[in-house]
Amino acid sequence: MSLDPDALSQLGHHMATTVPQAAALGFRFLSAGDGRGSIEAPWREDLVGDPDTGVIAGGVVTSLLDHTCGLAISAALRAHPFSTATLDLRIDYMRPAAPRAGVTAEAHCYKLTRSIAFVRAQAWDVDPDDPIATAQAAFVLNQPPAP
Amino acid sequence: MSEAAARQLEDFLQRVPYVRFLGMHAELAGDEMTAVLPFSQHLVGNVMLPALHGGVIGAFLEVTALAQLSVTQGSAKVHKTIDVTIEYLRPGRALTTYARADLRKVGRRIANVHVEAWQEAREQPIAALRGHFLLASD
Repeated sequence: MSLDPDALSQLGHHMATTVPQAAALGFRFLSAGDGRGSIEAPWREDLVGDPDTGVIAGGVVTSLLDHTCGLAISAALRAHPFSTATLDLRIDYMRPAAPRAGVTAEAHCYKLTRSIAFVRAQAWDVDPDDPIATAQAAFVLNQPPAP
Repeated sequence: MSEAAARQLEDFLQRVPYVRFLGMHAELAGDEMTAVLPFSQHLVGNVMLPALHGGVIGAFLEVTALAQLSVTQGSAKVHKTIDVTIEYLRPGRALTTYARADLRKVGRRIANVHVEAWQEAREQPIAALRGHFLLASD
């Protein structure tokens, strides 16, 4: 199965909205293609991590970065893997997000082997060139069983 | 110490909206805390297995580190995460998850924290986190 751009967008939309954790966080699919994917997490009162400032929780950014990495892997494979499992995920927090601001993430799957995907990602609130967090991750790919 | 620690922990857990979103709570024995994350459908990342979302496991480990710091540091403010490295060891199944944080070094400004999460057996951790945190001061 090789996905054309429309089918990849459909898959991206599906990944960002039907996975229970993604739906619970209100993720919005933005784009997918060329080994890259982008998803937005809107700000919400119940997702605040610091009640003194109203800044969105780091945990939301963790889920968003992890999920966007998965989308980038699908965009690189041009297929839906049976499942991916995160091996490791490193996140550097440059600065807190702006109060009451949502977060957007973009991930790039820059290397695929038969079993492993290597991905970099970043997240920002306003300006992609001024990230709040960057991430580096490795995933193991579980291919669907041959029909 | 122990009553003050319990109050600080309760305050942290109650004040942070995202903690309630996750549905986690914590138990304190002296100054040692065990964080508890009951399984819930909205935490799922893979419906076929089913398995907890990798981001949820990472978030739970991070909040555990922050909660443990709130117990020992005695500040009502939330400390800031500088960096975290999360290692995933086993799938997070549709079960209650536990975590404990080990404050490896708490300096004047920076803390280094290791956290491990498990489900049915502590000797079979599902994930671990190593992270640095910038300590808030009142």
